[in-house]
Amino acid sequence: MTTPAETVGVYARQPARWHWAEVAFWIAALASAFLFPSRYLIMTDILRLGLFALSLDLILGYAGIVSLGHAAFFGVGAYGAGLLALHGLVTEPVLALLVAALAATLLGFVTSFLVIRGVDLTRLMVTLGIALLLEALAERFSDITGGTDGLQGIEMAPILGLFEFDMFGKVGFFYSLAVLFVLFLLARRIVHSPFGLSLRAIRNNPLRAAAVGIPVDRRLIAVYTLAAFYAGAAGALFTQTTQLASLDVFSFERSADLMLVLVLGGTGYLYGGLIGAVVFRLLQEGFSTLTPQYWQFWIGAVLIAVVLTGRERLHRWVRLVPDFLSRSRAKPKLGAIAPTSDPS
Amino acid sequence: MTVALETIGLEKHFGALRVTRELSLRIAEGARHALIGPNGAGKTTVINLLTGVLSPNAGRILLQGGDITGLAVHQRVRRGLSRTFQINQLFADLTPLETIALAVNERLGRGQDGWRRMGTREDVNAEIAENLARLGLLDVMNETTSTLPYGKQRLLEIAVAIAAKPRVLLLDEPAAGVPESERQDILKAVAALPRDVSVLLIEHDMDLVFSFADRISVLVQGALLVEGPPDEVARDPRVKAVYLGEASDG
Repeated sequence: MTTPAETVGVYARQPARWHWAEVAFWIAALASAFLFPSRYLIMTDILRLGLFALSLDLILGYAGIVSLGHAAFFGVGAYGAGLLALHGLVTEPVLALLVAALAATLLGFVTSFLVIRGVDLTRLMVTLGIALLLEALAERFSDITGGTDGLQGIEMAPILGLFEFDMFGKVGFFYSLAVLFVLFLLARRIVHSPFGLSLRAIRNNPLRAAAVGIPVDRRLIAVYTLAAFYAGAAGALFTQTTQLASLDVFSFERSADLMLVLVLGGTGYLYGGLIGAVVFRLLQEGFSTLTPQYWQFWIGAVLIAVVLTGRERLHRWVRLVPDFLSRSRAKPKLGAIAPTSDPS
Repeated sequence: MTVALETIGLEKHFGALRVTRELSLRIAEGARHALIGPNGAGKTTVINLLTGVLSPNAGRILLQGGDITGLAVHQRVRRGLSRTFQINQLFADLTPLETIALAVNERLGRGQDGWRRMGTREDVNAEIAENLARLGLLDVMNETTSTLPYGKQRLLEIAVAIAAKPRVLLLDEPAAGVPESERQDILKAVAALPRDVSVLLIEHDMDLVFSFADRISVLVQGALLVEGPPDEVARDPRVKAVYLGEASDG
């Protein structure tokens, strides 16, 4: 006979259990390196975009914060990593990635106070404004950022002093995959913690969240700051694997693309950003091969089709994978529950 | 008399409209206190002022002697002031288990823990189970809240408020909208509230008020009209006038 407390424990731990489909996903990600050895560059690009989208999913999918300026943190991470390498301040890439991501984290913390105030539309405008502001600053301080030319002559030291970046992008791919996997594990741990649960509560109903004792603003500041770290890490990866950092790291298109990635992949189950990144880049690649001049038109058409399909239907589709992953949670094999006390 | 919750000269204005007028209420420790009044008397505004959803224009609120007037909603919960909502305010996508877990985690100061997995602390699991069992929610603990029957959702409203282990509990029309078949469960739950918790019940249903309360305050146009034991209030001609007036208007 299972006691109620044991049943509570089983149900509460269920969502954090690894599902075979998740394991298969990561094996497939690793296997792609061996299946498509000539496509390291685009696969690395997908990994970076996936990490960047994971960052937006943390605030949008879990805490309900919309942003059209997430490139601000990506850009700070990108320029941070570029400047650290260019001036030889921190040459080891992993350490440099951490430092650059922490710079983005600091920006995330400072700007979070502006973002948590107000509702969706205000948040869209504030986030957009911050990214545009940074882009303008990066252009203005061209002696540091290289202005419209970007940072020139970035040379990367070997990762951990052992693995030299190669011209085919193989090391860059494995490095990006490792960073994505580690940060994904961390995010997975966080969303299945009491902190993660409180974020979902805030997204569901902020009024009630406060009424159960959750300090709503403080939690939103925390997750926004965390997401800035992830976006900064994605930006740093971008610079480290492409040896480029130019003004477009802050661009509106970069932030907007990210929303499209999450529209395609879905939010609130962590894999949405990763799956969306794969689909988005493959669509982009496919359309630009078919119609090099009009690929944006077709991407636009797909998105309109996705949106017109309807929010409800779309939601069902994007929930297919997460529901499949969590289906076993609904009916775990448990014995009868012995009540501890008579509720009447 | 030890006072659990007290308001002193509480005022709330919306523009030129005075919704709460110099309200001074005292809820005794362990009391079963009811706040009644006709529609539009400002009862829900009082709850919103007490819980910090609204800030008063003047006056003070004391919880067990401590001034909580300037505190945020969540800080008042931590001090021991919990509430239910007249219209369900639940987490539609979460389960009852997760909903109760939120209240328990915050009470224990573990809500900000971003590392430990849910369900790995036996004492927390036991406390969640106890809260679910108290209101007969064990059988639906892992269902999505939005799919629960309305009566179960009302019970969850009460369960999550109690899970915060409040010193003072504000019940805002707990039986509102509940079908007759599920009403008894709510009434039983209200009757079985822990005796050491002081309760302020806001209710339209006079049967429930008179079966539950040991003290009643009558609110009319934001001001206190009468306060006293149920039989005294029931006999008061001013109360009769207010309710009969409302009945003849309606």
